[in-house]
Amino acid sequence: MISEKDLQQKSLEYRKRILHYIYKAKAGHTGGSLSCVDILAVLYNNILNVSADNFSDPDRDRYIQSKGHSVEALFVVLADRGFFPETDLETLCQYKSHYIGHPTRKVYGVEQNTGALGHGLPISVGTALAAKLDGKSYRVFTLLGDGELPEGSNWEAALTASHYKLDNLCAIIDHNKLQISGTTADVCNTDPIDEKFKSFGWEVRHVDGHDFNVLNDTFQSIPFASGKPNLVIAHTIKGKGISYMENQLKWHHGVPTKEEYATAEQELDLALAAF
Amino acid sequence: MGAIEQQTGTDKANLDVFSSTLQQLAKTDKQIVVVTSDSRGSGKLTPFANKFPAQLVEVGIAEQNLIGVAAGLASTGKKVFAVSPACFLTARALEQIKNDVAYSDNPVKVIGISAGVSYGALGSTHHSLHDYAVLRAVNNITVVAPADNFETERAITLAAGSPHPFYIRFGKKVMPLLDANNTSFEFGKGRIIREGGDVILIATGEAVYPALQAAEKLLSDDDVHATVISMHTIKPLDYELLAKVAASGSPIITIEEHSVYGGLGEACASFLLESGYHNKFKIVGIPDEYTVTGSQVEILNHYGISGEGIAATVMELLGVSH
Repeated sequence: MISEKDLQQKSLEYRKRILHYIYKAKAGHTGGSLSCVDILAVLYNNILNVSADNFSDPDRDRYIQSKGHSVEALFVVLADRGFFPETDLETLCQYKSHYIGHPTRKVYGVEQNTGALGHGLPISVGTALAAKLDGKSYRVFTLLGDGELPEGSNWEAALTASHYKLDNLCAIIDHNKLQISGTTADVCNTDPIDEKFKSFGWEVRHVDGHDFNVLNDTFQSIPFASGKPNLVIAHTIKGKGISYMENQLKWHHGVPTKEEYATAEQELDLALAAF
Repeated sequence: MGAIEQQTGTDKANLDVFSSTLQQLAKTDKQIVVVTSDSRGSGKLTPFANKFPAQLVEVGIAEQNLIGVAAGLASTGKKVFAVSPACFLTARALEQIKNDVAYSDNPVKVIGISAGVSYGALGSTHHSLHDYAVLRAVNNITVVAPADNFETERAITLAAGSPHPFYIRFGKKVMPLLDANNTSFEFGKGRIIREGGDVILIATGEAVYPALQAAEKLLSDDDVHATVISMHTIKPLDYELLAKVAASGSPIITIEEHSVYGGLGEACASFLLESGYHNKFKIVGIPDEYTVTGSQVEILNHYGISGEGIAATVMELLGVSH
């Protein structure tokens, strides 16, 4: 368990690395990685019973990233947690590298190959159900983008999760309210997300997805209600942490220019200097 | 070797054998899990559900979820059979099979029941004439169509023990035993059911039986000697056996309850052509058209996937007209 201050510092370092690798690869999903990285920081540092040492343990907690395109955040956090050397990420998106634009199990620490949207929740339901069938106590966390909610498979899985009373399952929605074509409200309005999931039998919490204490407390209080699957709607800011990227659609998969990259580094270095 | 086994009264549908094999396996292996999408009845799985309720997961009519849930279960070490009609499973849930099962290498056994035109007059929504084609093009999944009860039992038992994905499809009609003396079965290895020097019939799944009927008819009516192969594994294909039989120079006919596009026939054709074999060659299957309406038997007869139809195609290919 690391402190809020340490998480704040780590999250700034994660952001620096995310931008470094995206800048170097000239590819990546910048905005979404910056919106979800604080959630990953809390999960991997304080919540998940998973590490480089116990990754083959059948009783480990699982993290399955449904919004696979925010892979840079996942890779940076896994590297920090010792799953592989940070320098491996220098090959991001290069010929024959396993560090590609979506998670694959070729990378140590990745549970499932994802990237096509609407897949993480059904797989997580199956994984959580296996724990129930076997009387095991591990939990399954899955991170969805708000833009992937119209995928019908999510709602099929949402039904199954409550049918089987999977209170060991926690779905987190990275609710940054932007997707590639515009706002989620304009593209396909899924509001009210909470009421929809509640009516499907889930227990729902709204959180500030950049507040480390709130995220910690929320994940530690799982299950929110016995016998009900858990949904955390994490209100986030796409491009969080870089002034000119925040809430700007162009940074969905925008790659910074040399000047933009320098500005972003300066902003993060300035913030880090405060620690 | 070679004569059609007389129906003994003990022959069953491959579907029944699938169900009884699963029950047999589940008796001693608690890791066996069956996932269904309101398909326990059509999958003959009600006895399984009654005997092993803790090993049956029902997800309702939701095929994409069926495969995703199956992949998650399989990722934890469970031996998962995901069972649903082939038509829905391999179309609606194709992306889940491609990504969650094959690409992620979660060892789900995807079981396509009532395959081909088993549903007959229910129409094209319920036919699976594309499943070999689409799954041949998906990396890391073995594609199997057992011909008879023996092959079905072997395929299910062996697949249960494999740490990799499988697609296994069969129909629901009673299938006679092809050859009681031939008890070899290995994925990726075709079974020679009958040997003859004039023509080679390579069939898969429940199309092997009419091929064998054709061979008998050809012998009795025209003294034409046919080799009959059950090519139960469509991918990986038994190239060794193909090369061996093609070397004879005899005409080759493939037979399948599937579109003539992308299935067993084209798989054989591409291998043979690339390997320099130029045998006369014909693919018997369902043509690319609005499928004729009727029962399964009527549809198969219409397209020549019958003993008589295959025999006629052989004589045509041999250049003999009646």
